[in-house]
Amino acid sequence: MDFRTCVNIQKEWDIVGARQFGRDFSKKLGFGIVDQARIATAISELARNIYLYAGSGKICFDEVENVGSRGICIVSLDTGPGIKDISQVMEDGFSTSGGLGAGLPGVKRLMDEFDITSKEGEGTEIRVVKWVR
Amino acid sequence: MAKKLKEILVDNSNNLVHMWLEEVAEKQKDVTNSSISQDLFENTNREFVNIIFGSVEKESLTSDLDSFTERVINLGWPLSYLTDGLQLFKRVATEFLIEHDELEVSVPEVLRNVDELVNPIINQLVNEYSGSWENTVSLQRVALQELSAPLIPVMENITVMPLIGTIDTERAKFIMENLLDGVIKHHAEVVLIDITGVPVVDTMVAHHIIQAAEAVRLVGSTCILVGIRPEIAQTIVNLGIDLSKFPTKSSLRKGFTAALEMTNQMIVQTNSEEQTIEELIDSLDRSEQS
Repeated sequence: MDFRTCVNIQKEWDIVGARQFGRDFSKKLGFGIVDQARIATAISELARNIYLYAGSGKICFDEVENVGSRGICIVSLDTGPGIKDISQVMEDGFSTSGGLGAGLPGVKRLMDEFDITSKEGEGTEIRVVKWVR
Repeated sequence: MAKKLKEILVDNSNNLVHMWLEEVAEKQKDVTNSSISQDLFENTNREFVNIIFGSVEKESLTSDLDSFTERVINLGWPLSYLTDGLQLFKRVATEFLIEHDELEVSVPEVLRNVDELVNPIINQLVNEYSGSWENTVSLQRVALQELSAPLIPVMENITVMPLIGTIDTERAKFIMENLLDGVIKHHAEVVLIDITGVPVVDTMVAHHIIQAAEAVRLVGSTCILVGIRPEIAQTIVNLGIDLSKFPTKSSLRKGFTAALEMTNQMIVQTNSEEQTIEELIDSLDRSEQS
């Protein structure tokens, strides 16, 4: 898939950059304030996961279209250690870093579509979509 | 040989200056905007080329160069103005030397000599410039840190911490320290944390707020989270974050009212004139009756 824009995540402040870009992008696509906040929060979670667990990676944005509706597609890519047990990280309250453990399950609830693929030692790819209502 | 080349350059400085000025004007024709007057631009160019020659002639970096760079930085001109200028100078000088007839020097030799003359100036300029930026960035960092976690004791036992902007790990740590220090110092019973100005509350931010509130509870005070905007409330619910351990309010005003109740305080409006008169009449009535 060819992405329009990608934001590299290496430093903690890159999370802010990705979030800001996502917010502007979703505003342009016609999302309301609440959905903009949801998208920004989801990006924040995904980018923070990259920063915390993989060290570096990128967040890519694109516009998607489906019969009559538009949406934003965000893909988080990294080549970090990968996730051993995906069903475990999708449980509420599971965290390896002493956090709240609400990140990934939270992102799933914030967005409309959620896809995760991960291979241990190779990296993780998370693809989320939110449709304009 | 290098000396001879240098002498040629210095001897023909007038020619070179002329060529350089033309090149620079050509190159920066479309770059210069209306905010810089033509006069200022031409003067700066002239001064710049004189300084380059000064440095080339002495084969050392002059203090003029430093003061000139400082001025360009203060004017807010881009670094590319200086580097482009020097690159052009290199080109002009090289071309001139190669075309110079009496010289029996190979082209690489000329290139190397010009490089040796000009590169120290470029290095010096870039260092100066980036140093100035680093300085600015570090000053702003300090300024930002001073702003990052202010604690305002508004009333006896009530303290407010308004948070504005993004919260990162460093700032979260700072907030926690400031909060606990302040609670002890101001003997606050209730602390209001206002997040109206926080653009995104994700699990990390929520986690830090929960930890801060918990720490405040441990030192015997209560924390009220205020300024939760509707969209933030929805994302918090979506994320599944449990904020039920401490009271939350939508606005600072409501939080403040709650804080007053918790500390058994009240804000009373001072008696208006009307009331005073009524009371006076009342007391007169009473005295008459008795």
